[in-house]
Amino acid sequence: MSPPCTLRVPPQGGEPAGPAKPDPRAPLGNSNTASDLTAEHACGRLSAAWEVLRQIPDPEVPVISLCELGIVRDLKETAAGLEVVLTPTYSGCPATELIQDNVREALARFGEIAITLQRAPAWTTDWISEEGKAKLQAYGIAPPGPASGPQPVRLVHRASLTRLACPRCGSEQTEKLSAFGSTACKALYRCLSCREPFEHFKPI
Amino acid sequence: MSQQSIKVGDKPELRYLLRIADSCLVLSQRIAEWCGHGPILEEDLALSNMALDLVGQARGLLTRAGELDGQGHDEDQLAFLRDERQYFNPVLMELPRGDFAFTTVRNFAAASWLRLLWQRLQHSSDAEVAAIAGKAVKEAAYHQQHAADWLVRLGDGTEESRRRVEAALAELWPYFNELFISDAVDAAAAASGLGPAWSSLHADWQAAMEEILSEATLAAPKPSRYVPSGHLGIHSEHMGHMLAEMQYLQRAYPGGVW
Repeated sequence: MSPPCTLRVPPQGGEPAGPAKPDPRAPLGNSNTASDLTAEHACGRLSAAWEVLRQIPDPEVPVISLCELGIVRDLKETAAGLEVVLTPTYSGCPATELIQDNVREALARFGEIAITLQRAPAWTTDWISEEGKAKLQAYGIAPPGPASGPQPVRLVHRASLTRLACPRCGSEQTEKLSAFGSTACKALYRCLSCREPFEHFKPI
Repeated sequence: MSQQSIKVGDKPELRYLLRIADSCLVLSQRIAEWCGHGPILEEDLALSNMALDLVGQARGLLTRAGELDGQGHDEDQLAFLRDERQYFNPVLMELPRGDFAFTTVRNFAAASWLRLLWQRLQHSSDAEVAAIAGKAVKEAAYHQQHAADWLVRLGDGTEESRRRVEAALAELWPYFNELFISDAVDAAAAASGLGPAWSSLHADWQAAMEEILSEATLAAPKPSRYVPSGHLGIHSEHMGHMLAEMQYLQRAYPGGVW
């Protein structure tokens, strides 16, 4: 059975431990009362469902999947089908509903799909997988660096801030054009070497 | 046929959450009015994005408030079917958007206040409120930083930008008092652990304000004794007009969806 694509995060917060294999001893939804045969079947269903989930792109940054974005938190068997646990990225992300619809549609053949939004612990860009970050970079979006904790308001001149490398030519001669970009999760930059504008996935 | 208005109960925990939820919702509506009118394209995007964050925060809190109220009202009903006196945001949030200097001063003051509030609400006795706060606190910090950048540029900018930002400060200053009121609703929330007494945020907010004003070479206006009463449901003349526009569609076409 292939490992799920998501990071399983301890309920009390803390650092996600990385992609974890589901514990085969853990009950899979209601299947813990079923026969071994049914349990095996359920396990196959779950891994097939993970396989489908892994293919669903983020609607706003389609180069990475929902799983690579780190917003799929869990997948469980229910009596009628499956339950998918998602964590929203930004409070007002307009893609939240679309993502839920896409998940429902993609998993429709597994029965009734219940979607649970789990807000805590809050999503952070640290949960974007390394593969996801590499794909962002290749696509021309500078991936987020490590998210830092609460920061005091900075009043330093923009030029003295840490430079971000251009995802196209690698030059660090770049400047921020806009703190907000085409979506809630990105900011707009430009490269002073190759003259191309590019987006940066903001670390939060 | 138009849609009947709804009323919420008077449980203090409900009122406390609505004061915050309505602050986010009403400020979001005012900021969103900049969409298509920003002074530059980047700022148009920024203001729309901040409005989206705020409306997202409001949705979470309104949903929770609806559960606490126990009348079966969802976020949409609470947003679109309450009349003016059933809204409990401080008056600051509902003032018309004004010019860009006015919006910037208000955004900095509001984001600084919300950031402090969310920081404390992360430890709320209500797990759902704490979860909403865990996300919102990061967004408020980003909004605060963005408004701070502009405030410094406007204050320490041209003669005209300075004149406008000084006028905005003078006009807005008395409204800030309402962000730190104390009353029974506030005391009950502090006692139950739902959220902080707003007065306990004042010292940190004042420090943030002074730091940024000093960097912007601006002076804080003289303190005012005026305390607006939006938190009690008594609003400025602007609120009704704003709600009329915000609620029109749901009132005219009840339950209409896109």
